[in-house]
Amino acid sequence: MATLNDAQKMVDVLGKFIDIVSKELPDDVMAKLSELRVQEANPLAKTIYDVMFDNLDKAKKLNRPACQDTGVIQFFVRAGAKFPLLGDLRRILREATISATKSAPLRLNAVEVFDEVNTGTNVGTNVPFIEWEIVDDSSNIEIEVYQAGGGCSLPGRSIVLPPLAGYEGAMKFVFDTIVDWGINACPPLVVGVGIGTCSNSAALLSKKAMLRPVGTSHPHPKAAEMEKTIEEGLNAIGLGPQGISGKNSVMAVHVEGMAHHPSVLGVGVTVGCWANRHGVIRFDEHLNYEIISHKGVKL
Amino acid sequence: MKKILTTPIQDEDIKSLKVGDIVYLSGTLVTCRDEGHRRVIAENTMPKLPMDRIAIFHAGPIVKDVEGGWEMVSIGPTTSMRMERYEKEFLAKTGVKLVIGKGGMGAKTAEGCKESIAVHAVFPGGCGVVAAEQVEKIEGKEWPEFGMPEAFWVLKVKEFGPLIISIDTEGNNLFETNKVTFHERKEEALAKTSKHIVSMIAKS
Repeated sequence: MATLNDAQKMVDVLGKFIDIVSKELPDDVMAKLSELRVQEANPLAKTIYDVMFDNLDKAKKLNRPACQDTGVIQFFVRAGAKFPLLGDLRRILREATISATKSAPLRLNAVEVFDEVNTGTNVGTNVPFIEWEIVDDSSNIEIEVYQAGGGCSLPGRSIVLPPLAGYEGAMKFVFDTIVDWGINACPPLVVGVGIGTCSNSAALLSKKAMLRPVGTSHPHPKAAEMEKTIEEGLNAIGLGPQGISGKNSVMAVHVEGMAHHPSVLGVGVTVGCWANRHGVIRFDEHLNYEIISHKGVKL
Repeated sequence: MKKILTTPIQDEDIKSLKVGDIVYLSGTLVTCRDEGHRRVIAENTMPKLPMDRIAIFHAGPIVKDVEGGWEMVSIGPTTSMRMERYEKEFLAKTGVKLVIGKGGMGAKTAEGCKESIAVHAVFPGGCGVVAAEQVEKIEGKEWPEFGMPEAFWVLKVKEFGPLIISIDTEGNNLFETNKVTFHERKEEALAKTSKHIVSMIAKS
């Protein structure tokens, strides 16, 4: 039976985790950035990479958010149906957000809708934003936190194409979005592409794709090849870090899909900036936890 | 050797800068983004601080309240293009010499830089702690009603940078030039990618 103490414990753990995610990049992103950094020859691009890595060192050492835009806090919950605190989780995530906002401190980024006034607490109507998924019948839960800055949220979009536009139309939508909007989203980017059956299914799948760890491929061989082909294509454009031009444009391209209505092909694009602040933590029913995304980090 | 601009910035120093140059700033830097530009131009209201020959930063920082003032926690640039609508008039009206932000700005700002003898430069995005460490002091805050990101923070900075010049006083525009190249490369890369993917899908 879950108690009030358990709920408070989860608030504390998640609050500390959100705080850490604003200050240290996950292992997958760090590994990829290190790989891309050595490939650059352009002096301006090299200078930018030097500052990026200096910034990550300083953020860790001084215990500060790496980027001043700590985003609107978003959670992706993958729950077992029997996780004991499921009914209280919305409140727990909200409290954890408020706690991390004070401790980190995070920027106050929640502007209340209709009144257009900053709430001053970093929470508001439907913020933190939560996506729920019941994945099995277990009593475990996996929570992913994502801190999406304004700059990398801006390019996000989805479209529903007629079937004759097909995958060719989908690719044009992806490439146009990245070239027209990607420069200000702080490249090298993580690009998520969703193939769905309506605007929101395509958008949701693109977000899931973007959040998949860098360095993983889709299990379907054609999807995996699509990821590799789009990545090569976007890198050939050579946006470079911050769009200053350079060897690469992206850290990764991930594609997720679903069966779709024969008359439509939904396409979604979501991008993440180089300072891709996402983190995954798993709890069991006793609230023992394991941090998946940041090895060796202690809360 | 580091090239350092010091406020009040002189026209000769600005004229000597070319796109792609790297410079640093010492002196007065104020944050000014969407709401600040709107108030100065659309509402015709100036801040109390004299702005002639200083620098502005398109940025919304994280600031901590401490006894007797504030502490800069993290401050990095935001997308400059959002201020394109007002920047030309803003330069003419305020006498600001250096605009720091992220990504490029458009033709109208480039015209403004030429007419008002000013430049636009980029600070690497997402590097909020490096920038915060170069802020010696937060000297003031105006327009607090805009909230933490949009308020007008008056900063004293030392060797603030690297700043990559993206628009100079001769009308050169680094990001606009890059954009043309990127669009040309896109046509070729897209055609190749599409062809490969369409033929792969068709093989079912």
